[in-house]
Parts: sequence; structure tokens; C-alpha cells
Amino acid sequence: MRLIRSIATWFDHRLQLGTSLGEVATHPVPRSTANWWYVFGSATLVLFALQIISGICLSTFYVPAASEAWKSLEVLNYEQPLGWFLRAVHGWGSNFMVAMMTAHMVQVFLFGAHKYPRELTWIVGVVLFALTLGMAFTGQILRFDQDAYWGLGIGASIAGRSPFIGSQVVHLLLGGPIIAGETLSRFFALHVFVIPGLLLGFVGLHLLLVLKLGINEWPMPGRLVNRETYRQEYEELVHRDGVPFFPHAAQRDLVFAALIVFAVLACAAIFGPFGPNGEPDPTLIHTAPRPDFYFLSLFALFALLPAYLETPLILTAPVIGILLLIALPFLSGTGEKSYRRRPIAVLSVVLSFLTIGTLAWLGTYAPWSPVIDAWSALPTPVQYLRGRTPLELQGALVLQNKQCRNCHSLGGEGGLRGPALDGVATRLTRDQLIRQVIQGGGNMPAYGKNLKPQEVTALVTFLETLRPGYEPATRNSTVLATHGD
Amino acid sequence: MAEETRNGEPLPPLAPVSRRGFLLKLGIALNVVAAALFTIPIIGFLFSPMRRVAWQAWIPLGPLTSFPQDETRLATYRNPFVGPWDGETGNIPCWVRRLDGDKFQVFAINCTHLGCPVRWFSESGLFMCPCHGGVYYADGARASGPPPRGLFEYDYKVEAGQLWVRGGQLPTLSERV
Repeated sequence: MRLIRSIATWFDHRLQLGTSLGEVATHPVPRSTANWWYVFGSATLVLFALQIISGICLSTFYVPAASEAWKSLEVLNYEQPLGWFLRAVHGWGSNFMVAMMTAHMVQVFLFGAHKYPRELTWIVGVVLFALTLGMAFTGQILRFDQDAYWGLGIGASIAGRSPFIGSQVVHLLLGGPIIAGETLSRFFALHVFVIPGLLLGFVGLHLLLVLKLGINEWPMPGRLVNRETYRQEYEELVHRDGVPFFPHAAQRDLVFAALIVFAVLACAAIFGPFGPNGEPDPTLIHTAPRPDFYFLSLFALFALLPAYLETPLILTAPVIGILLLIALPFLSGTGEKSYRRRPIAVLSVVLSFLTIGTLAWLGTYAPWSPVIDAWSALPTPVQYLRGRTPLELQGALVLQNKQCRNCHSLGGEGGLRGPALDGVATRLTRDQLIRQVIQGGGNMPAYGKNLKPQEVTALVTFLETLRPGYEPATRNSTVLATHGD
Repeated sequence: MAEETRNGEPLPPLAPVSRRGFLLKLGIALNVVAAALFTIPIIGFLFSPMRRVAWQAWIPLGPLTSFPQDETRLATYRNPFVGPWDGETGNIPCWVRRLDGDKFQVFAINCTHLGCPVRWFSESGLFMCPCHGGVYYADGARASGPPPRGLFEYDYKVEAGQLWVRGGQLPTLSERV
């Protein structure tokens, strides 16, 4: 102990950092901020450190070449001792980091910390948020599997929608004409050098600003932020009712950060690493690419946007979103801080979460996508076959063989792209069924060229039997009666 | 303090020396020039993929006999613009539809919506995309879903009993195959 102390003294005699570090550690903060709501930022920082360390370890093994990357991940998973664990820590760490950063962002927003004089702290935070999502996307590319390959295809297709310079942007993004070696190398450079370097710099700036401007005090309803008086009031508050940051506030940060690290390690050990799934061979087309969870909401949006909105929104929405977040402290830089008196702030947080959550939830089961193997893999429900005539049974076969069930479900199984067919006879008359099958419409392809007349007859005869509970079939006369035409 | 003294004596006051001012300006100017000399090749290096307008070449897809009449088959080719470490990412698939004798349609694998691989279903005569549910007819025309147009089509020719296509780049809405 004495030796350590004397070594430390030797260093400090030359570095002369001890006093200033001590001052930083014990700088007074408002007593109200020594609170469990103030732990998310430091936990994000600890997760960032975890990502750097596990990332450096992985980089000693990973081969950033299109022909070898996937194999090196497989070797990491199955041959290199503890390679699977480090991959798992890095993957789970990224999920936790995005989640923790989101929690931090929501907390500072609801506590009004973006208001005067901490506007720049918020803006740097928005930059950190964007960079972290950039890390998440590029990291998903480095896990060079089928999802990564087709994810790059999606990225290139979006870039290709830019007006005038579309093809140049695509080639710049891919580093060449197709998704190949240069593409992976580009994303490797971004993920390992460019974005982490920027992150380190902006994290430093963020912390410096927090130190210079002080931690945001607990917002009290009715205590308004005023540009003329705020800083003086804050000084007085810290002076009158302040506690040293270390240990009063830092002890909670320490406990929470350690718990989060435990959680990451536990998830990594229990659930293991993410992928890689299939080899990134574009000739293996039997794949249904899906993004990682933070991009599932975007994935869903691409399927649901109306065509006329799609290109302008895909290209401008991310920019507008970031600009809005940056503009926030200028739009509401003073006034009430407490979420209790800011209903619009609370509502916008709730609405954002509901929107993103709903879209992501839809993204997990993608009801807009045909179920590619439904036609050959799913049984026809037996109650729809019992007591049917040979013609109707033929129709059931046509429905199966012509892949109708890739988009339409029967008995709760099959695609969700089109309506379920269980009660179709109660909705459409025979003539309407024939017209719909042959001409399509309402987002259904026309089958006129691919069905022989006898197949159409059989199919429609079968569809007419689909009346659950012997509900009456729709007839032309009832259509006339109910619609009056 | 250490900055203010040298050997215990106060420093002489700074006199305005014109040569020093000149040297400072020269130093800044030289560094601006040096930075430009360094930046221009870096931009040229990083942005080089933007300069080439089109990557296209004729590629053999195989003998005509491997494409039966009135059928749509998956064919793969080695992209003509690959590097030594591209591995299997340089193998590109496409759909070949033989209409009648020497008449073909060769479609890019990529959905025109966001580039996912479309699959052919011969029974219903449709191409379906697994990502966002785009569907195309056998002739490549858009049938339903979010795609803004029909499938991308390769130029083709029949020469020496082989089917050739002109390709080499990932097709997007602003770039043909």
C-alpha cells in the first residue's frame, strides 16, 4: 500500500494531474441529482468501453475480406476458445448500448436537460446517438452473412433512388459495381476506425460540457428556466444544497453500470452470439433477409409506405429526424423543465415509442411478405375437405398448388398479405370470385394466364364452400339488396 | 510561475518583429498548400468508384440447351469485375426465361423495390420477393406490392450456341444491370 502510494506520488509529481482530477471527481452537484434516474449516461459510457475492448479482441481474429469474413466468424464461434463468448458480448453489448442510450436520451428530454444552457450538450448527444446507430448498422454488415449481404442491397437500392447522382452514390457506397470485397472493406474502415474515432472525440466533448455546465438539477414544476437568471440560480443551488459528485452521485452510477455489465455477460453466456446465418453467397436465393431489431421499424415502414411517399420519405426522413432533434433546444430552450408540466413532450415520447414499437413488432412477422413455402408445407384444414365433391377437392388442390396460400391463410395458417379465405364465400359471389381470380386487383396479381378454365371452375367451386358455421353464401340478389345497385 | 521566468529572470517584453509575422504567415500558407496536396489524392482515392460510369461486359451464361423452351431457370455467372478476394460474392444469379427459339428474357435477381432476391414460382407463374412482398408476372411486369416497376432486364445475345448477357453491376432504380 505504501509502495503504491509512493509510486503514485512519483508520477503525480511529474504529471501534476492529481489535484485537477480530484477537483473533477468531487465537483459539487445538486443533491437532487444523486438519484437513480441519473445513471443511464454513465452506463452507456461503460457499455461503450465494453464494446471497444471486445471489439479489439475480435479484430485480432476477424478477416475483413469478402471471401473469408464469414468463415472467420464460424471459426470464432466454433473453434477459437471463447471466440463465441466475445462475439456474444459484442453483439449483446451493442443491443444494450442502443437501449441504454435511448433511455438516457428520453430521461434528459423529460427532465428538460436540453434547455438553456445545455443546448450544445444535447446536440452533441444527438450526434452520439446517430453515430451509435451507425455503429449498429456497420456492425451488422461486418457479420458478413446473408442478412448483411441483402441489407447492403437494400442500402444500395435506397441510395439508387437519389435524384441525378444515384448511380454514383451507389458505387461510392459499394466501392465498386457490386456488393463484394471493397464493400466489406469500406464498412470495416467505418466500423473500426472512422465512427469509433468520432465517438471518442464527441464523448470527450459531451463529458467536458457536462462538467462545465453542471449536471441538470431535478426539475421542479413551476421553476422556470430563464436565460438571465438560470446560471446564477444553479450556482446558488449547488452552493447551498450541493454534494460532491464522488462519492454521492457516482456510487449509484457504479452500482448500475456493474449490474448492466453483469446483464450483458449473462445474456452473452446464456443466449450466445448473433449468427452468422447463411453464407453471403448471392446465388443462395432461398433466404428472407431481416435486419437487426433496431432497424426492424424502418424495414416495416418500407413495406407500408404508399409508393408516392416512399422515395422522398426514405431519402429525407433520417435527415429531417436528426435536424428536428438538433433544433429541439432552440424550439423550446427555456421555460418549464418538469415533465409534469410538459404534456406535449410526454405525448411525443409515448407516440414515438408506440410508432416505433408497433412498426418493429410488425417487422418481426412481416405480414406483407408472402410465406414462401406455405403452399407446399401447410396442410389443408380437414374440415374444409370433409364431404366435398370431387370438383371441390380439385379446387382445394388448385388453391394449394397455385400458391394461393403464400398470401392467403386457411385455418389460421398461411400468408397474411391478402385476406384470410376461411369465410370468403360470405363476402364474394361466384362471379366476383371468378373476376378476382382472373383479373386480380386490390394488390392481387391476375391469374388469368396461369389457370386453365377448368382450374378456375374447380377453384371457385371450392372457394364457394368456405362458409364457416354454414353462414349463407353471398348471392347476387343479396348484393343487390344490400348495395342497392 | 514557470512560463514567466527564465533562469529566475523575467522575460523581455515581446517586441513586434515583422520577420516573425512573415514567417508565421508563410508557415500557415505552406501548411494550407500541404493539406491541399494531401487532400486531393485522398479524395481521388476514396471517391474513385464514382468516376467510372458503367461497369458492363458481355458474359456467357451457358449453352442454349440448358434453357428449356417456355421455362424460367436460375442461371449464375461470375461477375466480370471482381477482385481476388471477392470470393462467392462475385457469383451473381439471374432468371432466364426462354420464350421461343432464340428469344429470351433475362431478369436481374434483385427486386426493383429494395434489391432483395426474387424467387420464381413456376406453378403460379409469378416472381415473389421475400422482403416486402413484391410480386411480378412471368414476363417481369409488376403484379403487386411496393415495387415501382417491373424486374430489371439484361440485354442478351445468342452467339456460338451460347446465351450471353450484358451485365456487371448491381441494378438500382438509377442504374441498369
